[in-house]
Amino acid sequence: MTNEEFITIIRNWFPDVEIPEEDSQFLNVFVPKEKILEVAQKLRNDEVTKLDYMFNLTCVDWPEHFQMIYHLKSSEHGHMLVLKVKLENKENPEIETLCHLYRTAELHEREVYDLFGIKFINHPDLRRLLLEDDWIGHPLRKDYVDEINIVSL
Amino acid sequence: MGELETKYKKGAEFPGQVMPAGNGGNILVTKIDELINWSRANSLWPLTFATSCCAIEMMATGASKHDWSRFGTEVARASARQADLIIIAGTIVNKMAPVLKRLYDQMAEPKYVIAMGACAISGGPFYYNSYSVVKGADHVIPVDVYVPGCPPRPEALLHGIMQLQEKIKKSKPILRRGAIEKFEEGF
Repeated sequence: MTNEEFITIIRNWFPDVEIPEEDSQFLNVFVPKEKILEVAQKLRNDEVTKLDYMFNLTCVDWPEHFQMIYHLKSSEHGHMLVLKVKLENKENPEIETLCHLYRTAELHEREVYDLFGIKFINHPDLRRLLLEDDWIGHPLRKDYVDEINIVSL
Repeated sequence: MGELETKYKKGAEFPGQVMPAGNGGNILVTKIDELINWSRANSLWPLTFATSCCAIEMMATGASKHDWSRFGTEVARASARQADLIIIAGTIVNKMAPVLKRLYDQMAEPKYVIAMGACAISGGPFYYNSYSVVKGADHVIPVDVYVPGCPPRPEALLHGIMQLQEKIKKSKPILRRGAIEKFEEGF
């Protein structure tokens, strides 16, 4: 499926998603936070899109918000799509888990929880993945301070 | 009044430690030392241990082109119990540090350590802005030879191994431990 077809079909299904016109490698689809599970479910299960494989899940710490990024691919059609979700609450960011749709998400969400402190609602086993269990803070946040190990220039 | 007497007054506490002459330094011991050192230096068994990209250079050093078995280092062991050289080839992170310490503790004496590359020496490129990297493996275990580079070329590692062999050949294994405690009973 080409990007143009994707834009038409997604706009048709979900009128409130935002698809900016930009020249990037993948087609970016900005989804409202509350709709992410519904959108992902539809994209995964519909025969036309069938995005049944998540090959990346990550997060970006922007000055005003966090942004979740999901890279999806269809193992049948070969097309790819990127979902992006804005998390406005910088103090206590939360989002619905996708690990019941994509098993990949389970470990990736644990990693994002570990390093960014995003809470994934309904995640079956949300604990730290890389760092020790007694670690304090989330080191990939821009406001993370570690005066002993990090020498700031 | 002699010079010594003016320096250390009578009755004052002796400022140093009395080191008995022992029976070190005799011809037999030095010759046995030489033999032991020769056999140790030319049969270093490195541990198969590497944490990042320096590992590739270490493997290249072991492969046919550079071939560290020319220096008696070919028997890489997968168990710390059988190894007597650990080449820290790569970054040591905080989570890895206790594992490295345990591996070092599991090795039998005599044991030697080569810190290979910038990360193992000082944390390297991760020195300034990292929450997870140990800034030098010598914070965890003692290091005998430092091999700089990022990563060092196989020639540099071979030079490091040769430096370690030089160091071993200058050591005094018989006097190394218990020289004072076992003075009475002889060695």
